[in-house]
Amino acid sequence: MKRLLRAAGLAVGLLGAAGAARAGEMVNGGKLLLTGGVTNVEGAGGGGLASWATITGYETVDGVGANVHGTMVNLPDYDFRAYGASLGFRDRIEVSYARQAFDTGATGAKLGLGSGFTFHQDVFGAKLRVAGDAVYAQDSWAPQVAVGVQFKHNDRGAIIKAIGGKDDSGVDYYVAATKVLLNQSLVLDGTLRATKANQAGLLGFGGGKKDDYSLQFEGSAGLLVTKRLLIGAEYRTKPDNLAGLKEDDWMDLFAAYAVNKHLSITAAYADLGEVATFKGQRGLYLSLQAGF
Amino acid sequence: MLATRLIPTLIAAAGLAWAAPAIAAEKPVDPYTVSNANAGAQPFTGDQMLAAFHGQAGVARVVDRMVDLSVADPRLAEIFHATDLERLRRTLKEQFDYLLGAGVDYTGRDMKTAHKDQGINTAEFNALVENLQKAMDQEGVAFRAQNQLLAKLAPMHRDVVTR
Repeated sequence: MKRLLRAAGLAVGLLGAAGAARAGEMVNGGKLLLTGGVTNVEGAGGGGLASWATITGYETVDGVGANVHGTMVNLPDYDFRAYGASLGFRDRIEVSYARQAFDTGATGAKLGLGSGFTFHQDVFGAKLRVAGDAVYAQDSWAPQVAVGVQFKHNDRGAIIKAIGGKDDSGVDYYVAATKVLLNQSLVLDGTLRATKANQAGLLGFGGGKKDDYSLQFEGSAGLLVTKRLLIGAEYRTKPDNLAGLKEDDWMDLFAAYAVNKHLSITAAYADLGEVATFKGQRGLYLSLQAGF
Repeated sequence: MLATRLIPTLIAAAGLAWAAPAIAAEKPVDPYTVSNANAGAQPFTGDQMLAAFHGQAGVARVVDRMVDLSVADPRLAEIFHATDLERLRRTLKEQFDYLLGAGVDYTGRDMKTAHKDQGINTAEFNALVENLQKAMDQEGVAFRAQNQLLAKLAPMHRDVVTR
């Protein structure tokens, strides 16, 4: 809770700084289609699996943008659901909240947890754009860079302890670099994340193999097919901290479609590998985002 | 008679544009140095890009359509109301022709000077980009080629947006 308050204090401080930096008339909206990205599994502006350096919403430096989202991933032995909301301020700061549900369904009984046993995780995120410009600076290879923090709290502390996890909450820190290469119609992102999370925190933090932060990579590469449609692939490495429960890297093939500036749909084929002893967790990822 | 013809020629030779407009309908602007560097980006080499825009005739249609859309666009009404549209159409066509490799010279002002008193913000810059995208769509310019031109124009955000 102390960590959460500290993170919230940081976010409020950043907002104040951004507000003071640019006084004057507010203009909401006005960003170009898809250039704010979509909302990823942790509620941050990005692709599906990766957090990007872009700031969520269609606001420019002169305004405020916001999104709500719902995401589901149907896997052979589990279901994942998430919903949340995010705010973008002056294309500079993003704050987000997502509530994730990792539903073990019938598999819960096989794991001895009980049928339909579900882990819930709250993810509070804040992101600050620190350098570069992904969209306008097309005469430079320098990407837009943002730093972010995600405070995560899982509601199944007792089970996490039982499976060898060390904590039911944790904080991820990341640095994201994103660039739109208009000349090639490409969108590229590379993000480094310092984390102790097991399956992104759905199975807690730290474990018998490792209880330290490790540096993980997540990235996206997409091709703009039309101004409304981005198709691509993503990859996300994972720490594999738990002694008994192996975790694999995540990957997906995605298509993000902006119906307009208020609604976008992301569909992906996600491969999450082995999850809690069940191998081959591949399935459909579907996410709907509405906002301005 | 000779003097009135000679003076503009001398000024042009010195690299200064004569303040009198080339087309009667254009309003005069403050004198400035004419240079292709004013176009704000290096042109494409080869003839592929111009072909993708259906030649100079296609570029003219795209520019006219973009200006028409922008004049009628409530987001841009304030800016375009105060703009010399005759001059804008001519210089934009030159600029796009030049950038797309048509071998045409750009005789307009640099982006900073041309926009310095317009108080354009990012949302307005983007609104113009959207109108350009619509105009290119209507002309049937391939999406890849559209983005290649936009890649040349996007950095001009730095000089065009002043607030």
